[in-house]
Amino acid sequence: MGLSRRDFLKVAAGGSLVAASSFSPAPLLARESKARLPEAVGILYDATVCIGCKACMAACKEYNHLPPDHSTPGSVWDNPLDLSAKTYNIVKLYKNGTGQTKDQAINGYSFIRRFCMHCVDPACVSACPVSALTKDSTTGVVKYDKGACIGCRYCQIACPYNVPKFQWDQAFPQIKKCQLCDHRIAQGGYSACCEFCPNGASIFGNVQDLRKEARRRLALKPGEVAHYPLHRVDSQDVRHRIVTPYLNHIFGEREGGGTQVLMLANVPFQDLGLPPLPDESAASQSETLMHSLYKGMIAPYVLLGGLFYLVYKNTTKQDLP
Amino acid sequence: MVEESQPLGGKIVTKPFLVLAALAAVGVVLMLYRYLYGLGAVTNLSDGYPWGIWITYDVLVGTALGCGGYAMALLVYIFNRWEYHPLVRSAVLTSVFGYTLAGVAIFLDIGRYWNGYHLFLPWYVNFNSVLVEVALCIAAYVGILWLELAPTVLEGHQDNPKAQRARQRLERWLPVIVALGILLPTMHQSSLGTLMIIAGYKLSPLWQTPLLPLLFLISAITMGFAITVFESILSSLAFKRPFETPMIAKVGGVMVWLIGVYLVIRLADLLLRGAPVFSSGFLSSMFILENLLYVVPLVLLASPAYRANLRSLFVASSSLLLAGSLYRFNAFLVGYSAGPGWTYFPALPEILITLSIVALELMGYLYFVKRYPVLPKAEHV
Repeated sequence: MGLSRRDFLKVAAGGSLVAASSFSPAPLLARESKARLPEAVGILYDATVCIGCKACMAACKEYNHLPPDHSTPGSVWDNPLDLSAKTYNIVKLYKNGTGQTKDQAINGYSFIRRFCMHCVDPACVSACPVSALTKDSTTGVVKYDKGACIGCRYCQIACPYNVPKFQWDQAFPQIKKCQLCDHRIAQGGYSACCEFCPNGASIFGNVQDLRKEARRRLALKPGEVAHYPLHRVDSQDVRHRIVTPYLNHIFGEREGGGTQVLMLANVPFQDLGLPPLPDESAASQSETLMHSLYKGMIAPYVLLGGLFYLVYKNTTKQDLP
Repeated sequence: MVEESQPLGGKIVTKPFLVLAALAAVGVVLMLYRYLYGLGAVTNLSDGYPWGIWITYDVLVGTALGCGGYAMALLVYIFNRWEYHPLVRSAVLTSVFGYTLAGVAIFLDIGRYWNGYHLFLPWYVNFNSVLVEVALCIAAYVGILWLELAPTVLEGHQDNPKAQRARQRLERWLPVIVALGILLPTMHQSSLGTLMIIAGYKLSPLWQTPLLPLLFLISAITMGFAITVFESILSSLAFKRPFETPMIAKVGGVMVWLIGVYLVIRLADLLLRGAPVFSSGFLSSMFILENLLYVVPLVLLASPAYRANLRSLFVASSSLLLAGSLYRFNAFLVGYSAGPGWTYFPALPEILITLSIVALELMGYLYFVKRYPVLPKAEHV
């Protein structure tokens, strides 16, 4: 007893429901990249203002109670090579050729801060199977709950900036990352890195205000004197400095669906180690695919019904329709 | 069912069994070390390569090799090809061990294993996570596989009336169990591919595609048929039984079609996306090797005359198993990069733990085929 054309069509109908959605050019249930939260807070980092003093790194360690990191060979004090479970925030140096001129791609150098970008539509939150990583519905801070985490490290695979770090040397490890000092925000404070930045390179504030501030800076003329707020975007405490040239690009405005940390520089961001990302978030791509296949578990149930029908028919050898 | 199965009998504890037991013992000691001193103490995993061979081999390749039961059930119960039924039991047995030990490997790999049960509590579960689908589906399928194996075990206890009653009750539920046993692997074998979609640019365009779930599904089913052929030939050799040639030759024919479909989709996708097939250096070489391994069985099994040849069946199924395994390694490790400066090659203890898991699988297989009616009665073959 072979497979009749009718039976084949029945199997195909069920199976193609599942298969078709991965083929179809317009997915059944497109999940758009998420929109920015109105009350979201973040940081504007301006590499042209940064002097590489690493005060932000020291403040971050102190207020997050992080141990010294000796990953640079031969270091006797805290001297991390990169972000790690002991280091949530790092200032890195880009250098090219003679490295003489600040904020110049050729024969120049630039600083770049790296820490959690607090994505508008975070891949880590979408990936985490047990909701250990969540996005605060008001501030938009991407937070970690060790009480929920199973340590699968899918967040590390998912994050386009490689921010979540794992405690490889611990028997009871955790994921570690910048949470924008949400413990300080809860007490009316703000991110330690911004509070202790002496130069106004990192400023904290509402993301809408930070975007306005970033656009204002891009519109400034190099050579003229302009004011730069210190610590917070809405601060009355400002300093005046001679404007240096900017690349006309706010990193984080659109990248991967946007981030709450925005960056300005005069060296291409790719050279500074930031990945070129499409405007669409990876989370929305992944979830569109998953939800097309599994929304309401309709496709699986239909397939199960079809499979049961055929198995029942074939095992009992009954002449069913 | 017309055909009968019978236990092979013979001593369980043989020399090869003892070698496997020694390997397993080494692994168990290293596992203790991992729980005492953390993952860094036994693995070369890092923040750049958070997933290593325990995920890629034990879970991805392990469950794909465990797709024999799934592939044969598809052929027998859905496409109504009862002539293949004698192969089902041993295929299910291989699947039981492949999947059960993949489940064990997950608990070695996850850092905060004591929270593992959160995956089953709705107030923790994030239904947007691809990993949830994979984890729940694999867990459910391990249960289904043991239910599929249960009649074989119960049949082994002929003189126990309770066991026989339980078997009859279980067999009434067979259509439900088998239907679930086909649905669940369809879901999670495709989702294993979907896992990498969210990695975006970190996975090379040679592997990163929205078709990952479809390619993972087809290649898993193909590997399921290949492992059934491979295991049939090896067990005939090892236990000095007649070869199941005409039957496995026909399975070879099914494989050819599946490989053809797979390769057409794979190549069309690369062409449409304009992936840098030849200009990616080492990754290109790995890509070409992976696909050549797919072409070997396609050529070897193309004509029915070749398929009747045991040697070409064996080489073809081995090549296909390597192809599917390399595809998984490429899509999760070789083609994955968190950026410059990160490298990964498994540490010795990491490899030994994986080997010990394979040893446990083989020990389980040997025990079951000797003790329980898994393989078809020799004179019927």
